[in-house]
Amino acid sequence: MSRNLILGAALSSLVVLAALVSFVWTPYDYAALNIPDKLQPPNAQHWFGTDHFGRDMFSMIMVGARTSIAVALVAVGIGMALGVPLGLAAAARKGSWLDEVIMRGNDLVFAFPSLVIAILITAVFGAGAINAIIAIGIFNIPVFARITRGAALSLWEREFILAARVSGKGAARISAEHILPNVANLLIVQGTIQFSLGILAEAGLSYVGLGAQPPTPSWGRMLADAQTMVSFAPHLALIPGLAIIVTVLGLNLLGDGLRDWLDPRIRVARA
Amino acid sequence: MLRYALKRLISLMISLAVASVVIFAVIEVAPGDPASFMLGVNAQEDTLAALRAELGLDGSKIQRYFSWVGGMLMGDFGTSYTYRTPVSQMIADRLWVSLPLALYALTLSTLIAFPAGIYAAARRGKPGDLTVMGATQLGIAVPNFWFAMMLVLIFAINLRWFNAGGFAGWDTGFWTGLHSLTLPAIALALPQAAILARVMRSSLLDILGEDFMRTARAKGLTRRQALWRHGVRNALIPVLTIIGLQFSFLLAGSIIIEQVFYLPGLGRLVFQAISARDLIVVESVVMLLVFAVITVNFLVDLAYAAVDPRLRSRT
Repeated sequence: MSRNLILGAALSSLVVLAALVSFVWTPYDYAALNIPDKLQPPNAQHWFGTDHFGRDMFSMIMVGARTSIAVALVAVGIGMALGVPLGLAAAARKGSWLDEVIMRGNDLVFAFPSLVIAILITAVFGAGAINAIIAIGIFNIPVFARITRGAALSLWEREFILAARVSGKGAARISAEHILPNVANLLIVQGTIQFSLGILAEAGLSYVGLGAQPPTPSWGRMLADAQTMVSFAPHLALIPGLAIIVTVLGLNLLGDGLRDWLDPRIRVARA
Repeated sequence: MLRYALKRLISLMISLAVASVVIFAVIEVAPGDPASFMLGVNAQEDTLAALRAELGLDGSKIQRYFSWVGGMLMGDFGTSYTYRTPVSQMIADRLWVSLPLALYALTLSTLIAFPAGIYAAARRGKPGDLTVMGATQLGIAVPNFWFAMMLVLIFAINLRWFNAGGFAGWDTGFWTGLHSLTLPAIALALPQAAILARVMRSSLLDILGEDFMRTARAKGLTRRQALWRHGVRNALIPVLTIIGLQFSFLLAGSIIIEQVFYLPGLGRLVFQAISARDLIVVESVVMLLVFAVITVNFLVDLAYAAVDPRLRSRT
């Protein structure tokens, strides 16, 4: 196992752990206002300090991890649930009108940067975590469709697929039983990367007020609140930012590490 | 080549047409009538009807779609519900901030990424390479708006080299304008530079393994000469594609950065329009952004096919 994989897994699990623990325990109530203790820098009582309402930053970061992970995870789930079957179908019927429609549809979604989709959705349906999930999720669909199709196309040329066809299996069954397991590794790696992009996108959307709404803590929202106070309370901006960086860095390293680890060819080439 | 270009042009047209239908349809289902939003709850029915007629909201959906698209083709993006000024004028004003910002950021990102990528590839596996690669991992993980806030904290609040936000305007002089776009451009360029440096490095590493590189060394060129004359030049082709794609991302990415620096660009226009339910503005700006992305991709494809004939047979 590479250093990337170990470091990435460690950082990612740290964040996931913080999110899970926050369901049962946080040092303080994340929503409790405590004005006398406001804007404290990090200290023994409040490890990450307090915000302008005296809320404990450590607790808010823990609960914020929940929001980030939930939004990104569901968005990746949407992308996989819709993108993978589309990609499999396009590959199974290569060159058909179905393939053409799916791939051109994908090009179209790619032409809308995820932020633009989010703006469009929130302009119409209002800001909120659910709409942020949909916006990020829609953008994930073509990513997974494309990568599944690309990998599946080369698999369809292989002998073991020919054997399955000769034995009378239909395209749908071959896709599910033989193609999908063979592209799973690739999907796991891409899923990790999309997960980290989702965390960044969620933070950006919340920052401009299009994501999770108060009182739900989210890292992007905390940064937006911090903006006017950054000159006298820099920890308000530093800490949520570092939380995002640690999470995204961890997931990216995990993705890189997994790719190398799951692909024996690279392992041999490196050795 | 002509056949390929024509084919791509037709697919460009179809993409644009479908995109415009999607955008129009999404905005159509938006709840709320702009006319009653503008006039308030106590407005008389005949005043509302008159305003709807003035805004062109009284036709059928299909009529309105075609008048919107037809107008845009002629450079008429409609009239803003709230400002009562032509949307094309508002977009043109804001483009003078957003476009230079995107170009500035693109230039910076290229200036950082090229040397970094070439340096890393030339020192593959050595500490210099590992340092650059580590830095790019970090660069990709940093949210650009957070980086922007840190830049403001350091260079505007503590060192006072720059203003914390706002745009001086180009009429105060080119350098003053450029000065106020510097921090936003750096913030925008950093993650793109990290991605570009990685692409540059891996593209160059691919080339360094080619036979013609060995030939270049064999005919007596030094490592450095071979790297610059034959390596970098060939490695640039995929890198240019990424640069083309990045331009559109920068245009969209500047939406958030403009919020951090209070820059009067397209992004702020969109957010103001959303909160004022000025949907014609949202509709037209989104269409413009999508148009930019699709067109830049088309041009990159075309340039790529002109350079590399093998790509013309692929669709």
